[in-house]
Amino acid sequence: MKKITVAVTGLNATDSPGPGVPVLRSLKESSLNLELLGFSYDVLEPGNFMNLIENSFLIPYPNSGPAQLIERIRYINSIQKLDVIFPTLDSELDNYIEIQPDLDKLEIKTFLPSRKELHTRDKTVLVERLKEANINLPKTITVQDVSAVKQASDSLGFPLLVKGIFYEAYLAYSLEEAIGFFYRLASKWGIPIILQEFIKGEEYNVVSLALSGETLGAVVMKKLFLTDKGKAWAGVTIDHNVARETSKKILEFIHWNGGCELEYILESSTDKLYLLEINPRFPAWVYLATASGMNLPDAQIRLMLGLPIQINEKYEIGKIFVRHSWDEIIPMKQIENLSVSGQLKK
Amino acid sequence: MEGNERLKNLALSETGFLFDPSTGNTYTLNETGIIVLKLLKEGNSKDEIVKVILSEYDVEIEQLERDVTDLLIQLQELGIYQ
Repeated sequence: MKKITVAVTGLNATDSPGPGVPVLRSLKESSLNLELLGFSYDVLEPGNFMNLIENSFLIPYPNSGPAQLIERIRYINSIQKLDVIFPTLDSELDNYIEIQPDLDKLEIKTFLPSRKELHTRDKTVLVERLKEANINLPKTITVQDVSAVKQASDSLGFPLLVKGIFYEAYLAYSLEEAIGFFYRLASKWGIPIILQEFIKGEEYNVVSLALSGETLGAVVMKKLFLTDKGKAWAGVTIDHNVARETSKKILEFIHWNGGCELEYILESSTDKLYLLEINPRFPAWVYLATASGMNLPDAQIRLMLGLPIQINEKYEIGKIFVRHSWDEIIPMKQIENLSVSGQLKK
Repeated sequence: MEGNERLKNLALSETGFLFDPSTGNTYTLNETGIIVLKLLKEGNSKDEIVKVILSEYDVEIEQLERDVTDLLIQLQELGIYQ
C-alpha cells in the first residue's frame, strides 16, 4: 500500500500541552503505512524534536486567517504531496472549516465538525443548546463587560468560576477577585467572559470519536494530579458508565463529527454528574486511550481515508499516565532549517 | 454505581493496595483491612466476618468488632459499601 502522508498540528508539548504529540504517538502505532509530518506554529515547539515525525513545516498562526493558511498548504503540498491534515487545536478549526473546499480540490483529507456543530459546543451557548437534552449543567452566565459581573455573581453566589472564552479558568471567592480575573482573562483571550456556578466534586473526562453523532469509541479518565493551570499531569482510565452513556447522548444530540473531549464534575454531595465543557478536538491525554486499547486517532485517519475501522468495545481499566518534562538537546542545524526555510529537513 | 456493585468490582492486591475502577481512587489497607475486605467482597455480613476472623486469629472480640465497624463506616462514607 502506498505511503499516506499525514500532517499533524498542535506540537506545543509545553506545560499546557497541545494534542499533536499524543496524536502522532498514537499514529506511530497504527498498522497503516503512514509518513508523519508536523505543522508547527513556532520553531521551538517541542513536538518538532521528539523523533515522531519525518519532517515539520512552519505554518501561519490561526489569527493570520484562512487565506494565508491555504497559501502555505499549497506550497507545502507542491514539495511534498499531503494526503491528510489532522488539526488538533480549537483555535485553528474555523480556518480549516473555511478552507475545506480548497483542500478537497487538492485531494487533502480532513475530518472536521461543521461550523454549526462547532458553535453548538461553544461554552458560551452550551447551556442554552443542551437544555432540551436533559443534561446537568452548572448555572452559567456569559458577561460582556465588567459591570455585569456583580449581577451575575449575585445570582451564582461565591465561590464561582471565571472562565476565558478559549482557555483558562479561575475560582473567585469575592466580587473583587472575580473582577480581577475578568480583566486578566479579557486582556488575554478577549470577551465574553463566562461566569459559572462552582460545583464541588471530582473531575472526570471522556475522550471520544463520533461520526455524525454516533459514538465510535470513548474512554473515561479521572485526573489524579493537576498543574496550577488545572491540566491533568497524571490520570487513570476508569469504568464510569454514567459518564460514557451521558457523552454518547450529548454527541448524538449535537450530531458531533470528529474527536472531542467532554469534561465533567461529579458533585460530591449529590453524586450528580455535571457537564462542564466540550472541547472540539482530542485532548492532550489521548495517548492514554491508545495505550488502554482504543487508538482513536488511528480510527479517525481511517475514517478520513474511507477505510474500515475497528475499535475495541472495551478498554483497559486502571491504566495510568504520568506526564513529565525532559530537556531535549537539539542540533543548531534543525533550528536553522526551521528558521530559514520553514521546514525541519530539506 | 450502586455500593455493592462497586464493592464487587474493587481490585484488591495481596499487598493491600486497593483500586476502585469506577472512581480511579486508590487506598492502602492494613492486614486486618485486607481480610475484612476480602470477606466483604465474598458477600459475608459483618457478623460473619467477625466470626471468621475470631476462628483464625487470637483477638479480643470487643476490639475486633470495633475495628470491623470502623472500617465498614469508612467504606460507607466512601460510597463503596452499603
